[in-house]
Amino acid sequence: MTLLAVVTVAVISQRGLFSVVILSSIYSFLMASVLIVLDAVDVAMTEASVGAGVSTVLLLATLNLTKTTEIRRPRPSLLPLLLSLVVGGLIAWGTRVLPPFGTADTPIHTHVAPRYLTRSIAETGVPNVVTSVLSDYRGYDTLGETTVIFTAGIGVMLLLRGFRRRDEEKRERRE
Amino acid sequence: MSLDVILRVGTKVILPFIQLFALYVQFHGDYGPGGGFQAGVITAGGVILFAITFGLRRAQQIAPRAVVERMVPLGVLIYAGTGAIGLLLGANFLDYSVLAHDPVHGHEWGIFLVEFGVLTTVSGTMIALFYAFVERGR
Repeated sequence: MTLLAVVTVAVISQRGLFSVVILSSIYSFLMASVLIVLDAVDVAMTEASVGAGVSTVLLLATLNLTKTTEIRRPRPSLLPLLLSLVVGGLIAWGTRVLPPFGTADTPIHTHVAPRYLTRSIAETGVPNVVTSVLSDYRGYDTLGETTVIFTAGIGVMLLLRGFRRRDEEKRERRE
Repeated sequence: MSLDVILRVGTKVILPFIQLFALYVQFHGDYGPGGGFQAGVITAGGVILFAITFGLRRAQQIAPRAVVERMVPLGVLIYAGTGAIGLLLGANFLDYSVLAHDPVHGHEWGIFLVEFGVLTTVSGTMIALFYAFVERGR
């Protein structure tokens, strides 16, 4: 957790976007380790592969298209700092009324979770409850997620390819 | 493009293991951590690593852009199609019980098919995004 804070400060203080990308990749790996400590191996795997792997590559490819240094602001303003402090304070204040970490008798542990845990193998034959919840009990949600990925991919492809076609047309016209 | 011998040989050595691990994550997702999403990203990561080391042209011989881009909607269709089969066989949408004679087997099949759909869409999207970004830069 201390390392997470260190990396965050480093990301903020860096001006070169290349090192920011690499640092955020390190941040993702640290976050994956935190998730492993919390026994969420599936999420940790996703974080390591998506956060540290693919998104780093995509960000580097983006840097290839744009400039690699951040534009220096004319003067630092206080409003964003104040705003983030207020929002952060509100969130911290909100967590006061949450039950202590790891309590077993909270609503999320007593509502549907026991049913999933006890009936999963009998109903779906799949020992990994994460998988059975994800693609069976909550199949609609995962269908929505897949559609979101599909939509996002199509959108980015249309944006990048569409612009390129216009550039080519311009070039042809000039010739 | 590929000047670094260590990089090329290293990539060649590690690539089969990456793809094998992706398959393991996909098909062992019922028993251990992982599933379609993670496996899709790992598959895409392997192709992206190949493209970085050996150049985009050779990567597109392995995973042609047209195929990759068709995988994106195909995965959603596999997923929704699995749900629709349940609908046609007289159950609710995305109810896998009717896919096999035994409801438990039906659920296993349903989860397998659905995860395969997720794998197709995710890996297709990731590789297609990478292609789009890199081709834009040229």
